Amino acid sequence: MESLLSLGKRKPRKNGLQRKRRVGAWNMTLDEEDEELMRSYSGNKIRTTKYTFLSFVPKNLFEQLHRFANVYFVFLSALNFVPIVNAFQPEISLIPIVLVMSVTAVKDMWEDYRRRKSDWQVNGQLCEVYDRTQQRYVKRRWAEVCVGDLVLLGCNDIIPADMVLLHSSDPKGVCHIETANLDGETNLKQRQVVRDLPQQGPDFNPENFSSRIECENPNNDLRRFRGYMEHPGKVRVGLHNDNLLLRSCTVRNTERVIGIVVYAGHETKAMQNNSGPRYKRSKLERRLNVDVLWSVALLFLMCFSTAVGHGIWLRGLKGAVFLIPDDISPALAGFYMFWTMIIVLQVLIPISLYVSIEIVKLGQIYFIQNDLDLYNPRLDAGIQCRALNITEDLGQIQYLFSDKTGTLTENRMLFRRCTVAGVEYPHHENAQSLEQYEEQFGGAADHTLTLRSRSSRKSVSCRSLSCNHSSVSLNTLAAESDSNSFDDTLHRQAQGAFSSTMECAVVPDPQLGQKLKVLSAPLLGRLKHDATELSHIVDFFLALAVCNTVVVSSPSQPRHVVQMPVARTPLRSLEEMKALLQKVSLPRFALSPSQNSDGSPGFTKRLFNRGRSATYTPNAPTTPAARAPTPSLTPTHTPSPCSTPVLLRSGAWGQEEEQPRQSDADDGPAAEEEEKDDSDEEDKLLYEAESPDEAALVQAARAYGCTLLGRSPEQLLVALPGTGPLSVPLLHVLPFHSARKRMSVVVRHPLTGQVVVYTKGADSVIMELVGRKTSDDQREIMEKTQRHLDDYAKEGLRTLCIAKRVLEEGEYEDWLKRHVFAEASIENREELLRETAQMLETKLTLLGATGIVDRLQEDVPETIEALQRAGIKVWVLTGDKQETAVNIACACKLLRPTDQLLTLNCDIKEDCETLLSELLEQIGVSERRHASGCEDGLAVGDRGGFMLVIDGRTLDFALEAELQGAFLELTGSCRSVICCRSTPLQKSKVVRLVGEKLGVMTLAIGDGANDVSMIQVADVGIGISGQEGMQAVMSSDFAISRFKHLRKLLLVHGHWCYTRLANMILYFFYKNVMYVNLLFWYQFFCGFSGSTMTNSWVLIFFNLLFTSVPPLMYGVFDKNVSAQTLLSLPQLYKHGQNSKAYLPSTFWLTILDAFYQSLVCFFIPYFAYAGSDIGLFSFGSPINGSALLIILLHQIIESRTLTWLHFAVFLCSALLYYIFVLVFSIICVTCNHPTNPYGIETKVMSEPLYYCVCAVTTVLALLPRMLCRGLYNTLCPSDVVKAGLIDKLRPEDYSASVCQWQENSEAIYHNQNPRHLDKNLSVNADIPTDCTPETGSVLS
Amino acid sequence: MKNEGEMANRPDNTAFTQQRLPAWQPVLSAGIVIPGFVLIGLAFIGIGVALFVTSQKIQVLETDYTGAEQGSPCYDCRDTSVPCVCRVNFSLSKLFEGPVFFYYGLSNYFQNYRQYGSSRDDDQLSGYTSAFTSPSETCAPYQYNSQKKPIVPCGSVANSMFNDSFKLYHVVNGQPRPVPLDGKGIAWWTDYNIKYRNPTVNGTLASAFADTVKPINWPRPAYDLDTTDPSNNGFQNQDFIVWMRRAALPNFRKLYRRITEGDYANGLPAGNYTLEITYNYPVLAFDGRKKVVFSNVSWMGGKNQFLGIAYLVIGSLCIVMSVVMLIVYAKYKFPEDEL
Repeated sequence: MESLLSLGKRKPRKNGLQRKRRVGAWNMTLDEEDEELMRSYSGNKIRTTKYTFLSFVPKNLFEQLHRFANVYFVFLSALNFVPIVNAFQPEISLIPIVLVMSVTAVKDMWEDYRRRKSDWQVNGQLCEVYDRTQQRYVKRRWAEVCVGDLVLLGCNDIIPADMVLLHSSDPKGVCHIETANLDGETNLKQRQVVRDLPQQGPDFNPENFSSRIECENPNNDLRRFRGYMEHPGKVRVGLHNDNLLLRSCTVRNTERVIGIVVYAGHETKAMQNNSGPRYKRSKLERRLNVDVLWSVALLFLMCFSTAVGHGIWLRGLKGAVFLIPDDISPALAGFYMFWTMIIVLQVLIPISLYVSIEIVKLGQIYFIQNDLDLYNPRLDAGIQCRALNITEDLGQIQYLFSDKTGTLTENRMLFRRCTVAGVEYPHHENAQSLEQYEEQFGGAADHTLTLRSRSSRKSVSCRSLSCNHSSVSLNTLAAESDSNSFDDTLHRQAQGAFSSTMECAVVPDPQLGQKLKVLSAPLLGRLKHDATELSHIVDFFLALAVCNTVVVSSPSQPRHVVQMPVARTPLRSLEEMKALLQKVSLPRFALSPSQNSDGSPGFTKRLFNRGRSATYTPNAPTTPAARAPTPSLTPTHTPSPCSTPVLLRSGAWGQEEEQPRQSDADDGPAAEEEEKDDSDEEDKLLYEAESPDEAALVQAARAYGCTLLGRSPEQLLVALPGTGPLSVPLLHVLPFHSARKRMSVVVRHPLTGQVVVYTKGADSVIMELVGRKTSDDQREIMEKTQRHLDDYAKEGLRTLCIAKRVLEEGEYEDWLKRHVFAEASIENREELLRETAQMLETKLTLLGATGIVDRLQEDVPETIEALQRAGIKVWVLTGDKQETAVNIACACKLLRPTDQLLTLNCDIKEDCETLLSELLEQIGVSERRHASGCEDGLAVGDRGGFMLVIDGRTLDFALEAELQGAFLELTGSCRSVICCRSTPLQKSKVVRLVGEKLGVMTLAIGDGANDVSMIQVADVGIGISGQEGMQAVMSSDFAISRFKHLRKLLLVHGHWCYTRLANMILYFFYKNVMYVNLLFWYQFFCGFSGSTMTNSWVLIFFNLLFTSVPPLMYGVFDKNVSAQTLLSLPQLYKHGQNSKAYLPSTFWLTILDAFYQSLVCFFIPYFAYAGSDIGLFSFGSPINGSALLIILLHQIIESRTLTWLHFAVFLCSALLYYIFVLVFSIICVTCNHPTNPYGIETKVMSEPLYYCVCAVTTVLALLPRMLCRGLYNTLCPSDVVKAGLIDKLRPEDYSASVCQWQENSEAIYHNQNPRHLDKNLSVNADIPTDCTPETGSVLS
Repeated sequence: MKNEGEMANRPDNTAFTQQRLPAWQPVLSAGIVIPGFVLIGLAFIGIGVALFVTSQKIQVLETDYTGAEQGSPCYDCRDTSVPCVCRVNFSLSKLFEGPVFFYYGLSNYFQNYRQYGSSRDDDQLSGYTSAFTSPSETCAPYQYNSQKKPIVPCGSVANSMFNDSFKLYHVVNGQPRPVPLDGKGIAWWTDYNIKYRNPTVNGTLASAFADTVKPINWPRPAYDLDTTDPSNNGFQNQDFIVWMRRAALPNFRKLYRRITEGDYANGLPAGNYTLEITYNYPVLAFDGRKKVVFSNVSWMGGKNQFLGIAYLVIGSLCIVMSVVMLIVYAKYKFPEDEL
């Protein structure tokens, strides 16, 4: 602190050198230096605009001139002001550049204006800030808040700046915030008042606050905040993320909060994370730039030949009467002519092309965003196009890299089965009910409820796993929906998207239930073994219930977290139970019957109730007894250990067991309904978890009676089977970290009072941590559990291991000291914390493991198949286990039963190398064998039938420089690759490697933070807005809500966008070359003097006005194949993939055609008028007229769809031209020196010769293209043309043709697959290669 | 029925936004191309025949009088520094149908040369006297003469005005009988009546041109261009206006006179004719040629067989191609259709 202070003194202004920021409240206790320092921090006013009123013109100009094309055209306009080379009137050549730049400027201005408006709005919001002079809180605009201000916020207020929480109206000093504005996560996050604040009263007096905060400088890490607060007594308290309220989040559930601003305005984490739209350059654009350079070369060539021609011409003419006498030598005149020609032929470089492309892309994005098929009614969200300029890249994707969880799957975790203490509980009925639910879901009954039942709830329900929905409403709605015919789309989209009660309900395993029943039977004779197991079971479920960060709230007040009860339920029975526990040996504590003594369902419910509402009458235990529905369930109020065991048994579990039976008898919802009728609010707990599996586990524990009722930073409220709400003191939470792959909680056991660590994490990690020197029992359990885990993985379940450790008090004290030290340190706090965590998480006792099912999203297999048919190689990059990954691959048809699975697992690099070459060799052998077997000889690129599975460690070796080649070669022969256990970094490395080394277009799709790096590396990054927050979306180019949307996005929109843009660009080149060449040919007849036969206005406007809109229409509206056909024939996607629409050869053919057309367009009029008395501009008139006609008709020939809009635009273009030239020739007497168009067009157009010339020119110019198109389309039509023809068929013929095509391609497609390979090919394959449908069905 | 709030972001389901606008899908396949070509071919052949026949009917008589070759009538007049008159004789075997248009033609003469084209002052030609005293910069070096007096009309175009003159005689019984040449209405109506204006001044036209000098090459000032017709002077002189409208191509002709009057209203009868040329204009220096052209015109202008032939060729090309395509189509396509 001292050194920091002195540093501050020495260099108070150089913020860059200061590593820390110091903040105090604005009151007397602040010294001058601090005040000065705090003033130097940025205020809370934000400005996201690029320009101000004054700076707009210079800054915008400057930015626009960054574009090479603009510089070029400014240069040309400047050139035109040089008298010796000028070609037109100087003003005229300014028109294009001014027009183009002002269009861009207007666009920029409009965007900036929108930003300014939103800034105004944000800055103008009001909040209450403490005013020292008035000694009270006053309303101030956000913009006026500054660092060090104390801000008072109420419930549902938006936080104006990053603040450290000083006071909360909540007695526990807790405040909840919703970070939806920041990252889209709607679950509540807890924030905590700074610990050990001197004044912790109900009222917070700002005057007395004199602590100082020292924290790190502003950064963009949302999940990290480090610093400490120094209280007046020099006591330091560590600050961390839990103390920070982030700007733009919303305060929930808390009446009053007071915080001190530490970061304001642009220094807040929210703003630092706010990066504007992304700019990428698309592949097509790179190709385009090459061709623009070619155009430049062409231009220079043309200008150069004109210059030379002019020199020669001048040399040959001496003393001609029409020459202007001057002293310039022919060579110099030639040199000047070069520049003049550059001005005259400038149109060759399509100046408006870049602007047009931007407009076209905006149009394309408009249509993508408006596509109903990409709209998800459940989230009321369509597709989000975040990158505006890579739409056409969607049509050229060759490799797709997909995350698994949340992308292919729902990321909606459902508890499926578990193993406790080495015994597997298969939960068959649970599986059945899941399936049943599936079937029912497939039906038409309950799709619409989504919309309705949601409307009555808050949106939380769809994001977090919650089981609050009453199925009563669900059913009635379903019935209602049958009569209402909803939109078909909605119907489809709603499927599988909704977490209904059924989905959450975990049907307890009977065996496990029995065990817990045994627990209640005091047959103490059977025994120790059982007792150990039972204590394991209870511990297991307790761990599931507490080892998490789940927030509990209730649906009636969805935004209000269930508060801790005031009364800590000091039940008579509990006291006695504890007393009993002291007597019983530890493993047998669970056997204490007393804990079940109050366990009748009714009573339990009351107890839960009690836990929920503090106002419940304290004599609750007696009331439900009287009202118990069945006499048999009448609870004994005497807490005798041995009383009424039978009754208790049925009481504890009767209800739970009834449920599945009822479900079997009636339909699921009906049973639910019944149950709902007599169930009370207990069932309406909402669990909001940061990760969905946490909620699933809590849900599962609840099914076994271990219910998490509430959570506060210091304690948890848990109901164990038969007990009331027990308060579990929560000592520490060691949060989940991707490196540790586990999380732990330290609690004081509610029953034994011991300090217990519950750890939950990935099996590989936990298994290692489980004590080695354990008993045989433990080892046996471990072995069994490992076997079960393998089974789970094969089934495609996500596995988690649960372990615990009991700490001695002394041990705990020691650890606590270290931990406190670690928490308070700023420097390497994370490391220290991790170390302390590691100290705790050793010598664990394995309790069991869980298997969670993550259902596939709807239509995933279909989508993947379609994409593969489209020639896209699909890779799955996942952090999951190999077995799980392979199974998901099976389920989503990435891996087909006929496929050969190649597995690449090794621990050292050398192995990896040999393995790679071995696999390659064997593939080669089988390829050869196959090739010799079937003469067809498949294309090298079309190999299929192999599937590579590689794990993270091996992937590291494979990504090394030496092995890259072999790895890529191997993957090249595989149809698909699965990388499991891969880290985010590896994901991005793989994407980069493939993209760079193979030179292919890559697409990465993912939903979580771990996919961000890969999304950013790929050519096209797609984020799925799902359960895991918005980080992936924020970094993506396109954000969709379901994986299946990818199908239409790529196959239809990608295809369209690519073809449209490619065709439009080609057309642009064509148009310019064609028109400019007319001028070029004329140079041969005017002494290469740069003369034009058209007046300069028409010349400039021809490209800028008369023929500029039709190509835009072309680029936005053209559909070469209908969406339906594109979807049913995915192979059409290859058209764009192979850049068929815009190959270098296509470009040159287009240029060639343009040359031909311009030759025709010039020389037919030339010969028609040769030797006559035709005037200069009269000669230009038919040439222009036919050029316009040719250019427009050319587009009609090229267009695949023509709507009335097209015709309207064509007509307008033509009319505009004619109106312009006619009006110009009527009113402009001497206005355009030296052209003087007066009377020309009117006269020329009154002669029939004009029309004769135009007609013959147009036909001859377009003849070859029509002929070639006709022959080509007839003799060897491309797939796209064929599809276009199919589109024109009548519906019945259409479906027949599509079917037939599909069958044909099916034959080809499958021809590639069947491979008769040696079974030993899969080296190191311990996974069965036969992928049975049964395993898949579990997942889907 | 639907909750508005819930579906706020739902795209509109219209034909436009869902890209379902009814559309015509032109796929250029044999089915369209073959009949299309046949139609175009037939139409073109028809037009071609009409054009060709019309063009054939037009009579043209062209005589080069540059005198480049020894023995040609105007060989002696090559040196234009001295006034010279030469005569060209020709005879017509049959009636040259009227109205006969009398052109002079120049070859290798680049009126479309860029600097030449802009070397004029439109304000002067529109009769603004302000432009008389200070001609436009574009006229340089024909802006002021060596005495710094403004040249009117300034510029290269005016300065290089064609100044040969022609008289046509019909030799009847050995006696030359002048054929009346009509010099009115040879310029465009719009040019003569609107674009070119003489300065409006009190007094004679000549007074408007006071303090200006004639273009260097001109023998007489602008207000005295036509000595025979006072109204045909100044800028509103038909020959001047015809010259000022620049030709598009280096080989061009310009209308000199029409033969529409008297005995020759129906054309030039068969017989011998003598053309008396006042040879002033130098072209040999840059290898140019001068000629006179007599022609009658049709609805499609002067004689031009190219267009008719082009129509015929292209029309038949279309027919041929459609036949070829039909054969190809029949050979390759039909069996596949069975599939």
